[in-house]
Amino acid sequence: MIEPGLYHMLFISTTLFFIGVYGFFTRRNLVTMLMSVELILNSVNLNFIAFNKYLWYDKMDGLFFTIFIIAIAAAEAAVAIAIIINLYRSHKSIDVENAEDLKY
Amino acid sequence: MNLSLLILLPLLTAVAVLLVRNAKQVKVAALAGATAQFVLAFVLLFAYYKERATGNAAQMLFEQRYNWFPSWHISFHLGVDGISVAMILLTAFVVIAGVLVSWNVTKMTKEFYFLLILLSLGAYGFFISLDLFILFFFLEIAVIPKYLLIGIWGSGKKEYAANKLALMLMGGSALVLVGLLGVYFSNSAQSFDLLQLSQLNIPIQTQMICFPLLFVGFGVFTALFPLHTWVPDGHSSAPTAGSMFLAGISMKLGGYGCLRVATYIMPEGAKEYATIIIVLSVIAILYGAFATMMQKDLKYINAYSSVSHCGFVLLGIGMLTKTSMTGAVMQMVSHGLMTALFFAVIGMIYERTHTRQVSEMSGLLKRMPFIITVLFIVGLCSLGLPGLSGFVAEMTVFMGSWQHPDAFRRVATILACLSIVVTAVYILRAVTKTAMGPLTAGFEELKDATWNEKLAALILIAGIIAIGVAPFWLNDLVSPGAEVIMQKLSR
Amino acid sequence: MPNATYIALIPLLPLAGFLMLGIFGRKYFKNTSGIIGTTLLLVSTVLALYTAYGYFFEYGKVDGIYQKLVPLKYTWLQFSEGVSIDMGIILDPISAMMLVVVTFISLMVHIYSLGYMKGDERFPVYYAFLGLFTFSMLGLVVSSNIFQIYIFWELVGVSSFLLIGYYYDKPSAVAACKKAFIVTRFADVGFLIGILILSFHSGTLDFNTLIATLTSPETAGYKSAAAASFIGVSALTWGLALVFIGGAGKSAMFPLHIWLPDAMEGPTPVSALIHAATMVVAGVFLVARLFPVFAISSPNALSLVGYVGAISALIAALIACTQTDIKRVLAYSTMSQIGYMMFALGVSKYGGEDGLGFTASMFHLFTHAMFKALLFLGAGAVIHYIHSNEMKDMGGLRKYLPITHITFLIACLAIAGVPPFAGFFSKEEILLAAYEHNPTIYWIALITSGLTAFYMFRLYFNIFWNKEAHVHGEHKGEGGFAMMMPLVLLAVGAAVAGFIPFGHFVSSDGKRLETAFHLQFSIAPVALGLAGIFIAMWMYKTENNKPDKFAASLSGLYKATYHKFYIDEIYTFITKKIIFNLIGRPAAWIDKNIVDGLVNATGNGTKDISEIIKGFQSGKVQQYAIYFLVSVIGLALLFIYWWK
Repeated sequence: MIEPGLYHMLFISTTLFFIGVYGFFTRRNLVTMLMSVELILNSVNLNFIAFNKYLWYDKMDGLFFTIFIIAIAAAEAAVAIAIIINLYRSHKSIDVENAEDLKY
Repeated sequence: MNLSLLILLPLLTAVAVLLVRNAKQVKVAALAGATAQFVLAFVLLFAYYKERATGNAAQMLFEQRYNWFPSWHISFHLGVDGISVAMILLTAFVVIAGVLVSWNVTKMTKEFYFLLILLSLGAYGFFISLDLFILFFFLEIAVIPKYLLIGIWGSGKKEYAANKLALMLMGGSALVLVGLLGVYFSNSAQSFDLLQLSQLNIPIQTQMICFPLLFVGFGVFTALFPLHTWVPDGHSSAPTAGSMFLAGISMKLGGYGCLRVATYIMPEGAKEYATIIIVLSVIAILYGAFATMMQKDLKYINAYSSVSHCGFVLLGIGMLTKTSMTGAVMQMVSHGLMTALFFAVIGMIYERTHTRQVSEMSGLLKRMPFIITVLFIVGLCSLGLPGLSGFVAEMTVFMGSWQHPDAFRRVATILACLSIVVTAVYILRAVTKTAMGPLTAGFEELKDATWNEKLAALILIAGIIAIGVAPFWLNDLVSPGAEVIMQKLSR
Repeated sequence: MPNATYIALIPLLPLAGFLMLGIFGRKYFKNTSGIIGTTLLLVSTVLALYTAYGYFFEYGKVDGIYQKLVPLKYTWLQFSEGVSIDMGIILDPISAMMLVVVTFISLMVHIYSLGYMKGDERFPVYYAFLGLFTFSMLGLVVSSNIFQIYIFWELVGVSSFLLIGYYYDKPSAVAACKKAFIVTRFADVGFLIGILILSFHSGTLDFNTLIATLTSPETAGYKSAAAASFIGVSALTWGLALVFIGGAGKSAMFPLHIWLPDAMEGPTPVSALIHAATMVVAGVFLVARLFPVFAISSPNALSLVGYVGAISALIAALIACTQTDIKRVLAYSTMSQIGYMMFALGVSKYGGEDGLGFTASMFHLFTHAMFKALLFLGAGAVIHYIHSNEMKDMGGLRKYLPITHITFLIACLAIAGVPPFAGFFSKEEILLAAYEHNPTIYWIALITSGLTAFYMFRLYFNIFWNKEAHVHGEHKGEGGFAMMMPLVLLAVGAAVAGFIPFGHFVSSDGKRLETAFHLQFSIAPVALGLAGIFIAMWMYKTENNKPDKFAASLSGLYKATYHKFYIDEIYTFITKKIIFNLIGRPAAWIDKNIVDGLVNATGNGTKDISEIIKGFQSGKVQQYAIYFLVSVIGLALLFIYWWK
């Protein structure tokens, strides 16, 4: 049994990140895209924690940032879902392709 | 004399115009404001004479300075010399006449008058500021209302014209801004102050770059060839008062800027570029005149002739002699009054005949003697009849230009002289066709001018004749200002 | 010393009349405007006579030389040190003489117009314009400054324009007034450039100083003017020649004469005043004013004056022989007589006996004003009666218009140079001066004088004799006292003005000049004149086909002269085809398509670029994300590999 180290952590977070990116690019459903964004955010969180633990274990900056990001992610999810609901009400769809007229 | 009044008064008028309730009150408020400006301009003129008579030989009178943005050395610095006083008088004349001829505007009256007054605010501010930053600020104030005036109250291809005008003038302003910043960062004092700058020697390398920027930037306003094409479209699409303000005031902002800003702070640069300026202005004079000959619409005729006449302003500046620069300023004043009157008359004719095509009307003298007499007077002024202002200004430019013995400037002057024949041709073609001959069928019931139109025309004619019959007062007013520039040049 | 106020009032009173009638005439002086204008001018005339009397007989002469007095001078526009436009009055023999001529003829025309223009709808306007013209012309003759003369020069031009276009609903009148203004304007550019040249070198615009500087070879101004040259001709000669071009335009000299015949579209009294007696001699006056400079410093420019004058005299006389509109005949005769005055100046020299040409020219100007005004006013009476300008509508009118007939005959005899009428004396002096100094011009002048007699009497016989009058309808007679009195007064002038010893008063250097009278010299011109009269009598006294036969035998020449040597056509070609089509049209086209095209291209270019860029802003979030990702990767690579 190998002791999980920094590389493992980074590997997981990178995997998560690219899953998020992939999801963000390929899904048309806004909720799925939102979930992908959450994955990306969480991969960043993981990174923060990992670096904090393995490189600067006497400091707390990484942890604080993580908490900060979680808070923002929650707020962002609330806003995003509100937008999505409004979009659904007006467009009867939550497909991102249909939302392109928002540019006007 | 407190110069801030010149800014406060239009500001108050503008606020009053916004606050009052109906169209009638708007007009009265605007007229009252314009009259007050008119009176104030004369008060300024006499205060200026009085101050000079007491022996005050300072370059600028009635100076005021407030800190505006101290860390960048920008101050709200006001002051006038004879040239500014002349331009302020011109503005006051045009504003009151413009307000009077717009008496019949029914569409969004309040906004219309508000924009007119705002434009006059910009012009006054421009002419009295001695700080280049403030000057630029007022220049921009004067540009924006024009866009709206043409775009909303215009006729014909008004959107196209408004866009073109606003974009070209904004482009000019952008060049001015770059030039100003160049001057600002290259002078040792990092100053925007005109008087301070005129004392400094700006390095010649900077002048070689910044002079053309400033001159061309301001030149766009005053129809510098080949950046003049906003003039015909803009003028002919604008409402009557809009054209009057545009040609009578806005184009003069450019001429004043070329003289007061570009040439005054960078005379060596002006000397280097004089050849190009002269060539371009002679092209504008002749080419504008020939292009006018082929126009069929009265407003286009006057607009193209403005290109030609404003060429004299630039020629006077480019010749760099005291007399020619005095002539340039006189030409600005004269052309401002004359062209405003011309547009006013065209507006009056258009309101009655509903056409501006020269070919579609003739013999109007029979039905509207007053309007047509005014048309004759303004036409004769345009072609330089003695006794009217155009003659004085053009002759002063010619006399000043001839003081250079070199062949190039001689030829340029002779070519410019030739334009007076072409001017006679196009003015007479237009005026005689419109006024004389048998009356066009359908025009038998036309009415002559109403009180407001008569008053507007008489005010402008009074200005034209005052310069034409007794030019010495204007000359005395302007030539010391030109003298100062010459002193800096010879230093 | 002269009283400046009185002299200043001479031009200012007509100006007051112009302003009063022009502004209030329509409302308040509908019927009285003629009386007002005439009264004001009468006062002016009296003042002018008083001034001239005072000048010639009281204070003008110092040590036997008439001085150039400047009783009034006021700086109008200061250009630079020493160079300024002054409004002033100069009093010397020619200006004093001109004051009298202008006010007198103008007064006659004012009185005549009371009858001629009676009942016209724009009566006050007419008198206002007459006042403006008289003001400008008087201002012109008393100018003490070369720019002042230019100012009034333009003003007479515009009043002439207004009066020619008086019948404004007639298209031909409109065309004529435009033409008159533009042609003279073209010449005025020459004048203006001439002024610029002369003033630059002499450093002044004041006549007295300018003449003094440019006639004395030791001054710096003279030296620089003589030294500077362009195409081998000195600046001085250029300046004078250009000034002369201005004069030639106003005086209708070949080839700038084309406006004068058309100017006959104006009311006939106006033609008498402006296009016969006063304004058209302004060019002669201008050359006379600068005569010392011409004669002393630039003989070349002076001989140009001489030849242009002589050619104009001949050409105009030829054309006058074939015209059928009586006013046009008179117009060409005016041009021809002014040609006489011009070449008289051209052959003259400065000072003493050699200055005979100058005196003769001024003398002819004086007598010509009388008899030519008379001819026009007489023609006016005829036109008033017949309502036509064409010779074919006239004939046999001597019984119907007795006073007009007699006065017209006197004028014809005077212009034909038959002794003892006024024209004889002045013309003899001119011919004598030409004979002494320039034989070529003398022969041209001699032929012209024969032609003059012929065409004048052709006119006379065609109007008053020839076929029987077929006057129909009721008639109002000759036109009443107002129209006849000026005719009679002018006829007296035309008959006796020749006996004035003109050389005593007017000469090139101000000294008294005795004009000897050589009987044997006069034989040739008088004989030629009489021959011309008899030929005219033989051809035109009764209705016959001799003129047609004669015309047919000379068909080529006849046709050419009838069409005024096609000069009008040449001008039309140049202006329409060349200036309009080759300069004006391309200029307008270039402006619309190339210059404006560039501006529009800039605008459209911006728009096109934005069209292209617009694609990036698709609104597709995922597309944005890809751009974002790619850019981040790109930047990262950049930072890693580039940013060492």
